[in-house]
Amino acid sequence: MRRRSLVLNSIISAAAVAASVLVGGATSQAASAGGMAPYDPAHAGGTIKLVAAAAAGSLDPKINYTGQYWQLYQASYDGLLGFRYGDGKASFEVVPDLATALPVMSNGGKTLTFTLRSGIKFSNGQPVTVADVKASFERIFKVSSPTAGSFYNGIVGADVCLKTPASCKLDKGVVVDAKTNSVVINLVAADETIISKLAVPHATINPANSPVKDAGTTPIPTTGAYMFKSYDPNKSLVMVRNPYFKEWSHDAQPQGYPDQIQFQFGVTPTAQVTAVENNQANWAYDPIPADRLNEIGTKYASQVHVNPLTAMWYLPMNVNLAPFNNVKARQAVNYAIDRAAMVKIFGGSQLAAPVCSFLPPNFPGHTDYCGYTKGATPDKPATAWSAPDLALAKQLVKDSGTAGQAVGIVVSDDDVNKQMGVYLQSVLNSIGYKATVKPISGNIQFTYIQNTKNKVQISVTQWYQDYPAASDFLNVLLGCASFTPNSDSSINMAGYCNKSFDAQMNKAMALGLTDSAAANKLWGQLDQQVMKDAPVAVAFTPKQLDFLSSGTKNYHFSLQYKMFVSQLQTK
Amino acid sequence: MSIKESSEAIFSESPGKIALRTLRRDKRSIISLAILGFVISISLLAPVYAHFIAHTNPFNSSLDALAHVGGKSVPVLEASTTGLGLGVTPIGPTWNPSSYFLGADGQGRDVMARLLYGGRNTLLIGTSAAIICIVLALLIGVIAGYRKGWVDAILSRLLDVIWAFPVYLLAISLSVVLLTSGLTVGFIHLGPGSFALPILIIGVVYIPYVARPIRAQVLTLREREFVRAAVGSGAKDSTIIFREILPNIIPSILVFVPIIIALCMLTESALSFLSIGVQPPSASWGTIINDGLALLYTRPWVGIAPGLLIVLTAASLNLYGDAVRDALDPKTRSRGDS
Repeated sequence: MRRRSLVLNSIISAAAVAASVLVGGATSQAASAGGMAPYDPAHAGGTIKLVAAAAAGSLDPKINYTGQYWQLYQASYDGLLGFRYGDGKASFEVVPDLATALPVMSNGGKTLTFTLRSGIKFSNGQPVTVADVKASFERIFKVSSPTAGSFYNGIVGADVCLKTPASCKLDKGVVVDAKTNSVVINLVAADETIISKLAVPHATINPANSPVKDAGTTPIPTTGAYMFKSYDPNKSLVMVRNPYFKEWSHDAQPQGYPDQIQFQFGVTPTAQVTAVENNQANWAYDPIPADRLNEIGTKYASQVHVNPLTAMWYLPMNVNLAPFNNVKARQAVNYAIDRAAMVKIFGGSQLAAPVCSFLPPNFPGHTDYCGYTKGATPDKPATAWSAPDLALAKQLVKDSGTAGQAVGIVVSDDDVNKQMGVYLQSVLNSIGYKATVKPISGNIQFTYIQNTKNKVQISVTQWYQDYPAASDFLNVLLGCASFTPNSDSSINMAGYCNKSFDAQMNKAMALGLTDSAAANKLWGQLDQQVMKDAPVAVAFTPKQLDFLSSGTKNYHFSLQYKMFVSQLQTK
Repeated sequence: MSIKESSEAIFSESPGKIALRTLRRDKRSIISLAILGFVISISLLAPVYAHFIAHTNPFNSSLDALAHVGGKSVPVLEASTTGLGLGVTPIGPTWNPSSYFLGADGQGRDVMARLLYGGRNTLLIGTSAAIICIVLALLIGVIAGYRKGWVDAILSRLLDVIWAFPVYLLAISLSVVLLTSGLTVGFIHLGPGSFALPILIIGVVYIPYVARPIRAQVLTLREREFVRAAVGSGAKDSTIIFREILPNIIPSILVFVPIIIALCMLTESALSFLSIGVQPPSASWGTIINDGLALLYTRPWVGIAPGLLIVLTAASLNLYGDAVRDALDPKTRSRGDS
């Protein structure tokens, strides 16, 4: 996923989710081991005002694929399962939400049996029934949800639904019984990741009579603590309390504090900072402009929250296009980039750290290694990145016979990405290429660089972890199945497809069903192995900075969905 | 000198010489030319400044470079050491010509060196676009005004089409399209980073603004007695155009030149500010203002310096244009002499 989009184009490991609770790692400043404190009505009321430069598209929870709205869906929509409301790593735990308990697995992991909670109503007063559950799963395919083919294609009958979405029926895949309130999900094959897939917003339960097309700006009734009152992408999004909501699980869907949540759009990042400083807004959504970082870090330090993220900024290189169809050219880029310099552009060492491994630090399978730093090679890696090796990079470019070739760098047109592009252009020119920077709108850059029709040679992009699963990075970003030529949904932007590597990843995923530790060890080896081919250059791992107004309290940070908006207090 | 002698002297001089003499006496002309001369000179000396004084390559990122301030070497990008230690700020003006005189930009590049190189590009593009604009406008205006009839109708509608679009909207649209993939016409290919693209785009969008008045003037001239006499005497069209029409519209063209250069320069800066003009790592005043926008709170000089130069240059060109107009206008001149 990208900075703005909490995109789960990923295969998610439930076993790894559980393992994540065990692995050591960086924690949020505000993190604690547990979940939310009990609801305190004394702090309820008021309005939380959020500001952003732009809206994030459709409000339909089956369609929207952005972190901006997934952050709001936490407090409004529910699935059979959900991610726990908790600080830090506790937020990775999958808990029962509309289901009474985690599913009973049978038939070798191919059958999941749930019982739907009784007495829950949608925000329009309509009761939540098992028919809604079945219809919601069918709607994933009917509206062509972005993850229909990658997350839910393992449900029995999904293959037909993917071919003929309009008439999708999952009679054998999602079997419901209104008398017992049971929901049985049948899979074609056991899937270690299915638990997590069922906990994301695309699998939330919506009324059976929801439109069988993208609902766009029309809110779909919710089950959570809040519902959407109005939405104008050019102006604002307003959430109010769901009148039918009664807390059924403090872990999955706790009662919220503000009476209203207003998201105002069209506010530039620097104006967002000023608004928060002046208590005209509670929180600035967009990254804080580099020019204002020192100001908020000194004058407003107590209002700043910095949290580590398992994520990476990286440079996918198209392995099917010159010059990066030559492994030496790709390795040259890996040696040439000064990761510390890129960290500076991002905002400094307090907000990011250089890395070269594909799996981020504090992530299952991660090992401390760097094959592309001064004095190291992919076969004899150092433990960490220390400095670029421009001389070796130049030599590799010369050896590859690609010197002098033109290289286009596609970046988003926001300040930080453009600066990254200009820096990369300077580096590529210095090692012998003729580089140009092509900044394009951030709204389309992420899909543009995926489509092979656009002949993108190298780009700057980000991948933010959704779940602590190595497959979420390696399999999703470098697996053959993720490479779809001529498609905007080809998340394997490098176009790297190595059958042998794919087979080993399948082995690691299968191993994850029974032995997560062994699987993670294998993922770590695969990380080092694939980076010898250097389909990408990993630059650094970023942190999340939240800037709140002085009157905003009760900040909690989920490593899963970032800040809990519904838990913010103004009283 | 007696009034009679003076009058004889004036009548014995050509209008061009009179205009030149008037311009030499006009303070506006002298001041504006001095400013323009200064700006052009320092811009042309950009490589000298970068290589021999600042010892820097303003087109390479220098995030780890050092600046010399008060005998000490300090990083050009300074990490915050106060509060939470957030952010990295480029060094501000040192006012030392040999080391980051105006400070560094977000890539650690010397702003002063980029400013001078940027001036070269801005002036080059502005002047080249103005020349293209005026030459094409002259061609279209003279042909349309002289030929009249269907030729005039077609050319005038063509100008109307261009004129129908707001100039910046048209320039932005053309830039967005052409800068993505470049322009290929037959065997000529202009790459996305080529300066020829903004020159062509800017030159074309201003053609109607020059061609229309020229056409109107030619239409008037065509009906004047001396042109009718030339037609009546059987002179060729080309002879009439070059001997009778063109000499009479040259004063208007001379007035247009500085004004159109200023307009083209401003348009170039605007397009570059919007990232659809001069492409990195090249600089223009517009791109430097764009760089400065992200540093407005901490390093305002990055944006202010090119802004000041744009204002100074555009104002000087307009001032000079006014002076030229007055010098070429017999009525104004006579008022001034009286």
